[in-house]
Amino acid sequence: MSNKMHLKVFRGDNSGGELRDYQVEVDEGMVVLDVVHRLQATQAPDLSCRWNCKAGKCGSCSAEVNGKPRLMCMMRMDLFKPDEIITIQPLQAFPIVRDLVTDVSWNFEVNKKIPPFKPKPKNPDGTWRMMQYEVDRVQEFRKCLECYLCQNVCHVLRNHGKHDVFFGPRFMVRLAGLEMHPLDDADRVKLMREAAGIGYCNITKCCTEVCPEDIRITDNAIIPLKERVADRYYDPLAMLFRAIRGKNR
Amino acid sequence: MTNYATHDTDVLVIGAGGAGLRAAIESAAQGMKTAVVMKTLLGKAHTVMAEGGAAAALATVDPRDSWKTHFRDTMKGGKMMNDVRMAEIHAKEAPDRILELEEWGAVFDRTPDGRILQRNFGGHTYPRLAHVGDRTGLEMIRTLQDKLVHMPAEIFMETTVTHLFKTGGRVTGALAYSRDKGEFHLFRAKAIVICTGGLGKAYTITSNSWEYTGDGHSLAWEIGADLMDMEFLQFHPTGMVWPLSVRGTLVTEGVRGDGGVLKNNKGERFLFNYIPEAFKNDVAASEEEAVQWVREVVAGKQATVRRPPELLTRDVVARAILNEVREGRGSPHGGVFLDIATQRKAEDIKRKLPSMYHQFVKLANVDITKEAMEVGPTAHYIMGGVKVHPETAMSTIPGLFAAGEASAGLNGANRLGGNSLSDLLVFGRRAGLGAAQYVRKNNPAADVNRADVEAAIAHNLSFFERKDAECPYALQREIQDMMGDLVGIMRTEDELTRALNALDKFEARAKKVSVSGGRVYNPGWHVAMDLRHIVQISRSIALAARERKESRGGHARSDFPNYDPKLAKVNLLIKKAEGRMQVVQQPRTEMPPELKTLVEEA
Repeated sequence: MSNKMHLKVFRGDNSGGELRDYQVEVDEGMVVLDVVHRLQATQAPDLSCRWNCKAGKCGSCSAEVNGKPRLMCMMRMDLFKPDEIITIQPLQAFPIVRDLVTDVSWNFEVNKKIPPFKPKPKNPDGTWRMMQYEVDRVQEFRKCLECYLCQNVCHVLRNHGKHDVFFGPRFMVRLAGLEMHPLDDADRVKLMREAAGIGYCNITKCCTEVCPEDIRITDNAIIPLKERVADRYYDPLAMLFRAIRGKNR
Repeated sequence: MTNYATHDTDVLVIGAGGAGLRAAIESAAQGMKTAVVMKTLLGKAHTVMAEGGAAAALATVDPRDSWKTHFRDTMKGGKMMNDVRMAEIHAKEAPDRILELEEWGAVFDRTPDGRILQRNFGGHTYPRLAHVGDRTGLEMIRTLQDKLVHMPAEIFMETTVTHLFKTGGRVTGALAYSRDKGEFHLFRAKAIVICTGGLGKAYTITSNSWEYTGDGHSLAWEIGADLMDMEFLQFHPTGMVWPLSVRGTLVTEGVRGDGGVLKNNKGERFLFNYIPEAFKNDVAASEEEAVQWVREVVAGKQATVRRPPELLTRDVVARAILNEVREGRGSPHGGVFLDIATQRKAEDIKRKLPSMYHQFVKLANVDITKEAMEVGPTAHYIMGGVKVHPETAMSTIPGLFAAGEASAGLNGANRLGGNSLSDLLVFGRRAGLGAAQYVRKNNPAADVNRADVEAAIAHNLSFFERKDAECPYALQREIQDMMGDLVGIMRTEDELTRALNALDKFEARAKKVSVSGGRVYNPGWHVAMDLRHIVQISRSIALAARERKESRGGHARSDFPNYDPKLAKVNLLIKKAEGRMQVVQQPRTEMPPELKTLVEEA
């Protein structure tokens, strides 16, 4: 079973480009990434596209397909009607390198600003113990593939371009994974409030909607972190207490 | 002539999967100026896809486990072809390397008393794989990545090494190009560590992604380093077979480790018919015994009976599946059935195998908590690689090191599942340490010959000069199909000779492909440059496979179906002599008596 489908694919770079039309043969079971590969092999050998595992595990092939931010390797072609036009564009929150490839290096720079895991001292028997129920919530955050679809849809970054004052949902998840780690002993609350700009998030949950790993970014990561910031900086009782006793921390 | 940027470094690590990251961490920790180049973005290398777990005799689940049992299992699984010292080092050091990851923030699944949980896997006597559901590789690569970014190492993403340079017999540098700008970079390095992974992309049906074109093997051989054991290629028994577009994508052995069974189209657990003599005493003799084993293990008890035959080593299971399909007992799309739905509760499956559940629902419309999966063999892992010194990981070329899948020795003729993730920690660290010690001791000059660099750049750009010659994608596909047909799971003298002849023709054609477009992020250009490596490593596999006239582990000959005791005494080396590839038999050294006792104790 195969049929021809009509694709519009962005060709160009940061200085400009166009949606170019292609007719591609599509076989049963194919995903969007297969179609891009077929285009490369038959019609457009220099079409740029980033990919790796082709099984939804590495988070490389992020793109916007008919306006929806998705991993192309996990989006089946039979989701579309046979006569539907399929438009594939690069992520919009980052500069375009070429075609479907964007420059996501900003994310790696942000990650460096987060103080690393700092373990508590070991138990007297030389081990650490962590119970499964204690690590369940951290393991949710550690599922993150770094596909940056959440960064792409976050309006703080996408529409307002606040890349210099807000780390974005991906790194709220990273921060949550560290802050809620049962063995971690570092304090990142000041960073969250200041450099990470957690106050910019107004919990529209767009990030949660697009996460291919179904991480509940807003509810489970960002809101609890906001609460930690609020407890430290905005709790009136604590402020009063500090005012009376002096700033001893 | 074309411009290029020059970088001077003590240690250059090529590749940023687990081995490369671990090597770089160690090199930087030793105070070396360290640079890491990788073909993809940080955190996307194939380690991220590893699912089942990392093997280490932590003995948290079954206290009977120890490095000695792990060593014995590794040697038996490798059909005694392993480098004995590497197998010993690996078994002894793996637990420390796993605990070190925990110290760096990794969060493995837990036992009821709060320690690292371990699961069963093929060929491992006891539950031995530290894991995180079925995404262990992601946990490991992220932990290592986050460790490295806080160390003084320079990271070059989406940068591909195309040539290595040698001066006065030592390795002195590498030429790379960055995909985002299409620019060339010369790295002058006192030591280089190859951590480039495998070569699955020499085959059409493979679990490997585009990156795995054997670059490291090929680059090392080009400057005269010996390769070893290239005939031993692991076909993972369980890749997806349907839909065609995902054929080859991995289905973790964890499915079988957690109780999944393999059945043919008659509903028979056919593996009971394929238990090799050497494993007769380790494997359940009846379905009842196998069922009891799963019941005990799922309940968290120590097993009192023998394991199911589904947990035989991968070479055995892959050949059994191939045989069932060939004799007409396969599934509709040419595989067999892997069934966990009838063995475990739906909630357990979703908790322990979440990404498998997700993968099958999304890609194949199959709910693995209700239906069986269709699976078949897929080219997965090369046991062979750069021959290295077991202590230092240095190759036969001074200053050139290798670790992980790109190196040879630990796995012998067949790798046990789970030994790869621990391998890359143990020998990644040793390679980083070995490189640092080499630099400190010798302080060699990294004096790359300018003419060599210019010749390499000219070669890379030559693909743009031809117009309308052959397309690199089509040629790559032709080579992959040929390798699957003639150098697959079952091999014969005649087919291997035909493969070698075909490769000579492919080599000539690979030099003449043409590329359109510019140098910025041009995938066609990348494929054109990869073809040279694919041809060279394919030739090394075929040459070694023709030389080994027996069947052993990941090398099976239908014209020589049995072990040959004489060949048990040699490893095959791939050497470079007058520019040509040569295969040479290298006698194995005798195993030290104390280790021999361990292996024979079984």
